[in-house]
Amino acid sequence: MEFSLNSPALFIIVGIILLLVTAQSVFFLIRAWKAGKEMGMATATLRKTVISSAIFTIAPAVSILMGVLVLSKKLGLALPWLRLSVIGALTYELTAAESAAKAAGTSLEESAVAVTGEQFLNISIVMTLGIIVGLVLVPILCKRIQGGMVKMRNKDSKWGEIVTAALFMGMISAFLGLIFTDISTGLAGWGKVFVMLVSAVCMALFGLLIKVTKWKWLNDYALPICMLIGMASAIPITNLIGG
Amino acid sequence: MKRSYENQIHIDGRVWGAITGVAIVMFPVLVALLYHLKPDWGVVLKGLIGVAPIFWTVGLIEVFTYIPMLGAGSSYLAFVTGNITNLKAPCAMNAMENAEVKPGTKEAEIISTVAVATSSIVTILIIALGVLLIVPITPILESPELEPAFNNILPALFGALGVVYISRNWKLAVAPVTVMLAIYIILPMLGVQGLDGLVGILVPVGAIIAIAVARVLYKKGKI
Repeated sequence: MEFSLNSPALFIIVGIILLLVTAQSVFFLIRAWKAGKEMGMATATLRKTVISSAIFTIAPAVSILMGVLVLSKKLGLALPWLRLSVIGALTYELTAAESAAKAAGTSLEESAVAVTGEQFLNISIVMTLGIIVGLVLVPILCKRIQGGMVKMRNKDSKWGEIVTAALFMGMISAFLGLIFTDISTGLAGWGKVFVMLVSAVCMALFGLLIKVTKWKWLNDYALPICMLIGMASAIPITNLIGG
Repeated sequence: MKRSYENQIHIDGRVWGAITGVAIVMFPVLVALLYHLKPDWGVVLKGLIGVAPIFWTVGLIEVFTYIPMLGAGSSYLAFVTGNITNLKAPCAMNAMENAEVKPGTKEAEIISTVAVATSSIVTILIIALGVLLIVPITPILESPELEPAFNNILPALFGALGVVYISRNWKLAVAPVTVMLAIYIILPMLGVQGLDGLVGILVPVGAIIAIAVARVLYKKGKI
């Protein structure tokens, strides 16, 4: 069979792999739902988690789809579709693909020149192996790490809670810092900071509204709404200050 | 005897991890077989050397950082379906917050798994739909008017998420946020570039700072 970037065979392979990954997600969803019910959790709580998580996912998923578009110009649709639906994220996949493309004597930016079958194979191997660590290590280490956390919580439950909160804070602080990385370039570099502030103020207002009106149901929609408002504000902000 | 959820989830996670892991790795193998292609291992090695040292380190760090945060079920899933920092972890955090469950508890494990599973399914569906409709939606997704919105998804996400967590744990937040701001503001001024790629390593750095400060405050009875 002659190689083509967008041959139906590639889409069939990717479709089968993604069906398996979807089956895993559905299996875990059902397993957790049943365990929750057995534990006495309310159906309404579980249902609300499904709905709010689905709504929350839409905007980031569309941005991931844009990543598929970026990569598809050089690699066709099938491989980016697979790689951005599983394991990686655009930053990783783009870097891995570019590193492999350069090693193969081409570049993702040269989208006018199509990759050969061999280059495509080399790139797909680098993308697969470059981001495989989590996939291998989680089955080996997850039980041990979880066991350690359980032991710590059994010994001192409050300290266990604080450690988990501190881990969350580590993630949030690193990403908040990242937002400030361009401010030394001038006013245009402040764009991300202004967007963050719009989103933060929006969330604070939602918190206030929920407190005053006691509309607790709003909690489920506050984050996705504020995220969208923040993203929308980026359009006039960028037009105003550049960047 | 019926196994507890906590034990069963590790068995399920390992079995499914093996199935989907092998399936994902099979992609290049099938491409090679189908088109009678042979990889150039020199090129592969050169390409891997460019990314593996940093990606494998970040991968190792992510395993130790996100498993305690997310719990077992959602970790088994999130490390297969990817996009952890920009989607799955915030989604699970938001779900646990809304369900008013404390991270680390059995209830949180359930909520986090339901959130990550839902998010994974929705992501796969949206991308599949996008691939199917790629021709009509490309002009919309690539429109210069919308470009700033999609370039600012992380500030919009972490601005909102930050308000919730920092207002609740501000004593834990002060030190890591200050250090991270200093790193990200001062280093670019000194000409250091490429800090975006370091965020995976800086997450546990922030966590260690927060845990160290928390230990001191906890011992003094201030938190």
